[in-house]
Amino acid sequence: MTDPTPATPATPATTPATPPAGDGINLASASAVLGASDDRFRHDYLEVRGLHVEFDGFVAVDSVDLTVVQGDLRFLIGPNGAGKTTIVDAITGLAKASGSVRFGGTELLGRKVHRVARAGVGRTFQTASVFEELTVLQNLDIAAGAARGPRELLRRRGSAPENVEAAMETIGLTHLRDVQAGILAHGQKQWLEIGMLLVQDARLLLLDEPVAGMSHAEREQTGLLLQRIGDQRTVVVVEHDMEFLRAFASSVTVLHMGSVLSEGTYAEVQADPRVQEVYLGTAGAARGARRSRPASGTAAAPALPAAPGVPTTTTTTEA
Amino acid sequence: MTALGLLTRPGRARTLAGFALAAVVLFAVAPVVLSDFRLNLLAKFLCLAMVAVGIGLAWGRGGMLTLGQGVFFGLGAYIMAMHLKLADAGPGGVPDFMTLYGTGEVPGWWEPLRSAPVALAAIVVVPCALAAILGYAVFTRRVRGAYFAILSQALAAAFAILLVGQQKVTGGTNGLNGFRSFFGYDLTDPVNKRMIFFVVAGVLLVMVAIVRQLMVSRFGELLVAVRDQENRVRFLGYDPALVKVVAYVVAAGMAAIGGALFVPVVGIISPADVGVVPSIAFLVGVAIGGRATLLGPVLGAVAVSWAQTSLSESFPSGWIYVQGALFIVVVAFLPGGLASLVGKLRRTPPQASPTPPPGPSGPPAAPRAAAVTGAATATATTAAPGAPTAPVPTVRAATGGHDD
Repeated sequence: MTDPTPATPATPATTPATPPAGDGINLASASAVLGASDDRFRHDYLEVRGLHVEFDGFVAVDSVDLTVVQGDLRFLIGPNGAGKTTIVDAITGLAKASGSVRFGGTELLGRKVHRVARAGVGRTFQTASVFEELTVLQNLDIAAGAARGPRELLRRRGSAPENVEAAMETIGLTHLRDVQAGILAHGQKQWLEIGMLLVQDARLLLLDEPVAGMSHAEREQTGLLLQRIGDQRTVVVVEHDMEFLRAFASSVTVLHMGSVLSEGTYAEVQADPRVQEVYLGTAGAARGARRSRPASGTAAAPALPAAPGVPTTTTTTEA
Repeated sequence: MTALGLLTRPGRARTLAGFALAAVVLFAVAPVVLSDFRLNLLAKFLCLAMVAVGIGLAWGRGGMLTLGQGVFFGLGAYIMAMHLKLADAGPGGVPDFMTLYGTGEVPGWWEPLRSAPVALAAIVVVPCALAAILGYAVFTRRVRGAYFAILSQALAAAFAILLVGQQKVTGGTNGLNGFRSFFGYDLTDPVNKRMIFFVVAGVLLVMVAIVRQLMVSRFGELLVAVRDQENRVRFLGYDPALVKVVAYVVAAGMAAIGGALFVPVVGIISPADVGVVPSIAFLVGVAIGGRATLLGPVLGAVAVSWAQTSLSESFPSGWIYVQGALFIVVVAFLPGGLASLVGKLRRTPPQASPTPPPGPSGPPAAPRAAAVTGAATATATTAAPGAPTAPVPTVRAATGGHDD
């Protein structure tokens, strides 16, 4: 206040200094929270067999088989009502299901929700679901603390745990640590959710539309982070955004009416005539259903990317 | 001035200063200023405030609308009253009302309460055990919100009816009264009454300290998380039922101790003190004071009881309308209670003045969001003003009983 000379350079100095530190996702700190890619994850894989979910007689998921191995970044896509979220709900114990869901050799079906979580399964929700009245730090600290004993719980938190600090760096929210999560921007809330998965140390991460409503730059950063996590852990992403999918998916499972329609890399799935039929069926209906079914199988048909702004024909690597 | 300065600054110093101030008021000022009669009244209010402290934790922080704290208050009170009756009757003696209404024999389940240590332990253990069993059964079945409130209130009604019905062993509508001594001290002696006031005041301060610790601890944060997003907490690997049970048991224990101390202070405990109406009355003070704060419930409970006594002295029939109106006004216009008013007053001036915002948080989301998203995209601009609309409760049926 007395002497502006040191203060004035300080202000511009901090302003450009902050963006690198807080400019969204910081992949460099991800390893601090993810830890070494050691043998811990070697045997992790998700194996879904004959999954069947029924709501009052309506079959939402019908005998779905799904295998996702560690190091894979699997995307689940499909039209509305295909059963994507229901599968995630069934795996995490929210929806009652029959069949078998095994992760790392442990059967998950029939377990209570918090027991599934303790088996290393974490998830996010379509609408970011954070504890709005608690701060960013408190949100992450709670996510990190499921294994805490009573004595630790009854004490006040001293300094933030290391993994919480690292996660805050990773999701670029360190500068907002003491801000209530309820007033974060939409994208930041979704990052906070991913951060909570990280400190929770989930080995199987199920993300339900993690980039919905994000800007292009935010999607890009989120995708890179998910890839980084996917290198090490088992990640399943439910997503509608085809551009995001094409850029980051290492494999894709297409669901339709509660069943698996197709599975493979983006290119394989895109070339699958059945997938084209499903996606074109809806698109064709909207256009007046002029196109007959056989025609849709041809290469000339606008293929999978029904999302706006995506060149239809080729899958050249733009990203 | 320095004490006031300490009180306005947050942190450990302020807490200690606050407790010191409360102790001075209760232990030094109150006995000098108040007549014996008024001091005894204050002791009664402090007993009711103990119930309120627990409700503040369970309801304000935990979202459990405990409409049946009269059960735990009553259990504590009746156990204490039974012990006092047995002690008055002397070794092997029979309490007076039993010879009047009953067979003149002391029932077997009364007998253990002849021993003072057993009685003191039972005052805490019995209500807490009941709360633990009940809470576990209810919370694991995910009963919450209005359903939990109705359930707990029904329990209070049933408890009062049971007490009335078992006149031979509980004194029925008259309850238990006419205690002559309190652990060997003559209750007619004003000095001993004053001693009981000090005990009550000390216990209340300890309870406030316990609840404060619970609120600032990690458990307190978890409790708020459970209140706001029970399902989300579950997906993080916690069992929310256990978290709620702990808060519920603590609240029950505090209500029970309040009830136990209520007995020597007031000299009578009857079903009229434990039923539905008193259970709701416990809540009124908490709501008016500010349920989610530490001191709101205490001050609210004392203030409401005090106002009730002094107003009903001058307008015997008017108080009930005042109380009702106050409750409605607070719930409708100040959901956070009067404590939120204090918070608002405290927050407004610093924002108006050019102030260093607390910590590195600074002006929150908006500027950062703009930096993150680059151009002023929709997400960035809606960050601050759009926040209230955006957070739809996302997890299915995640709305807790918080707002009920």
